Amino acid sequence: MEVTGAQALVRSLECQGVDVIFGLPGGAILPAYDPLRSSSLRHILVRHEQGAGHAAEGYAWATGRVGVCMATSGPGATNLVTALADAYMDSVPMVAITGQVPTAMIGTDAFQESDITGITAPITKHNELVTDVERIPAAIAEAFHIAASGRPGPVLVDLPKDILQAKSTWSWPPVLDLPGYRIPGRPDAERIAAAARLLHQARRPVLYVGGGVVKSDSHEALRELAETVQAPVTTTLMARGAFPDSHPLALGMPGMHGMYAAVAALQECDLVVALGARFDDRVTGKLAAFAPKAKVIHADIDPAEIGKNRTPDVAIVGDLRTVMGELARAARALVDSVGPTDTADWVATTAGWKRSFPLRYTQDSDGPLKPQHVVERLSAMTGGDAIIVAGVGQHQMHASQHYTFTKPRSWINSGGAGTMGFAVPAAMGAQVGRPGELVVAIDGDGCFQMTAQELATCAIEGIPIKVLIFNNGFLGMVRQWQELFYEERYSEVHLGTAIPDYVKLAEAYGCAGLRCEQSGDVDAVLEKALSISDVPTVVDFRTHDAEGVFPMVPVGHANDDIVLGPEFTAAEQRAAARKEVIAS
Amino acid sequence: MSTHTLSVLVENKPGVLAHVAALFSRRAFNITSLSVGPTSDERVSRMTIVVDGASTPVDQVHKQLEKLVRVLKVVELDDDAAIERELALIKVSIQPDMRGELLDVAASFRANVVDMGPETIVLEAVCSPGRLDSLLEQLDRHGTCELVRTGLIAIGRGSGTITDEEAGLAVCA
Repeated sequence: MEVTGAQALVRSLECQGVDVIFGLPGGAILPAYDPLRSSSLRHILVRHEQGAGHAAEGYAWATGRVGVCMATSGPGATNLVTALADAYMDSVPMVAITGQVPTAMIGTDAFQESDITGITAPITKHNELVTDVERIPAAIAEAFHIAASGRPGPVLVDLPKDILQAKSTWSWPPVLDLPGYRIPGRPDAERIAAAARLLHQARRPVLYVGGGVVKSDSHEALRELAETVQAPVTTTLMARGAFPDSHPLALGMPGMHGMYAAVAALQECDLVVALGARFDDRVTGKLAAFAPKAKVIHADIDPAEIGKNRTPDVAIVGDLRTVMGELARAARALVDSVGPTDTADWVATTAGWKRSFPLRYTQDSDGPLKPQHVVERLSAMTGGDAIIVAGVGQHQMHASQHYTFTKPRSWINSGGAGTMGFAVPAAMGAQVGRPGELVVAIDGDGCFQMTAQELATCAIEGIPIKVLIFNNGFLGMVRQWQELFYEERYSEVHLGTAIPDYVKLAEAYGCAGLRCEQSGDVDAVLEKALSISDVPTVVDFRTHDAEGVFPMVPVGHANDDIVLGPEFTAAEQRAAARKEVIAS
Repeated sequence: MSTHTLSVLVENKPGVLAHVAALFSRRAFNITSLSVGPTSDERVSRMTIVVDGASTPVDQVHKQLEKLVRVLKVVELDDDAAIERELALIKVSIQPDMRGELLDVAASFRANVVDMGPETIVLEAVCSPGRLDSLLEQLDRHGTCELVRTGLIAIGRGSGTITDEEAGLAVCA
């Protein structure tokens, strides 16, 4: 059957099982938008291509399926770049489809031409400029296969206008021609056994759980493993929700703004079990001083992560779901045959740290509104039954720290890239992927203003996300660094709280707009926001502008130098430095 | 300088060199030379990449190259077990009284004279990297006007080939 390249593209996406595309048309991609009219695919017309990219990411985070975005050539394509870089850093499965100028005009500086495959080569898992119309089905099928398999990531397919207009013979499924694409096979059984032995012998083990556990849906095996060997569990920013925060073995988030107990446990442990984690600098602090007494087991699907930052004693390459299942089984067999692990003292110590050095802030009833208080009230009111989305900065850290996560895929954020403006469009994508569920973006006022235009998309498309703006009138995290590391010489961080008027802005975008200025009103305002389901809702929380994020490990320092913050006494800080337990 | 030689088989498709170059730039890998050409299989090109081991983690280069979708195979060639050659074209000025000596130097390095004018001579030399450096040192005394080098190419000694499984990948951690 003869079809145009554009028809082949739309059919390929349909055959691939795509249900939604986030995009915005333009000249070079125009041919693709014509067959879209009669397609079963839902196209969500965004207001900026960056929004399409982050929405595709949010969809992928929330569902585990490949998110799809589409843009035209030139600036349309380059507007996707930030989202592609973000997806690459956080291993988010995503396919971006871009229009390109006609093949004969490539290289001539034609109108709206950009070398998007060249530009995105370092920030995509793979990309391709398609120059043969007959290749479109295979290019699309390969893009989805590469994006979703192995270590997931973004793939870009660039389609020149004449290729979209050319005639071809439709055929599906195409043959995938990827002779150089390798996905690790079964994990090495001897290494699993060696890892299980190390875990069984360890007296002070810690499971260092990264985003790979969420992506591989191996949270059940994680729980089985942790409980079998009685090892405390830290969940990184990418893995919040992979292990319930309410679990007695849960230590919470490690790293620069991690829980004291999680940071101290990693410093004092005799075995780190890194599961789908990559020894990121925000977790390790000064690398040479990270977990100095520990042997390391490192399991990851990406062989290049093994030994990149820390040389492991046992390396296991493979799909984490298989690895974790086999590791849990092997550990169980050792416990059954040899006896239980001897970690009770260690678990008691880490629990003591949790009690001694908890997250601490003060919410005076008549004092300024604390962002931590809002997160804790949201957590209590939703019972963990919501999808929380954040961008980057103080609001992100407060959300990760103070929300009690109980299940995977309930936390979405810009982890590795640290992209301001991520939250609103990512929440939009998450809500589209999981309609009927409560999706709450927690955002800073700085972040919010970068991509707020997607509120229009949400209102028109009936995507009822909630956006809680922690409006402190500052680029808060930058302000905090200037306060701590530049002797309070504040430079270009003040945004002001009043402009724009976020309530009016919300209403102008067809959303409900609410404001909350006092702690006593938080519950009522949140209740009202959560009760609105017909339109998107924006809440302007006027939060304390001098509130910092603590604990904090100053950048470049060893994690032993963790600072508990102003809510702790000097005596408590000294006790923390000595890794003492001071609360029974 | 400690260098490592990687032989890389890649799909002969547009954009492959850009992906490899982008990887080296993105990961701050330093390369000493890169040469690329066709193989006996028209679908496959072969790159020879020489990496500066002092500034670049060769294990990471190897693993990151293998992650590129269009890269088929990466093999690190051991200096002792490989033949390494580089082609250079060298334009040298002729000083009348040293012409004989210049030709003697060329002959001793088995460099061929491929062009000769009244003032300059062009030599073609195929050497191992160390030997080429020695030749260039000798020629400098005469006055090297222009130099072009292909970058290193290398092939394993013995009957094994890069496409043999047993000759295959250096084991990843």
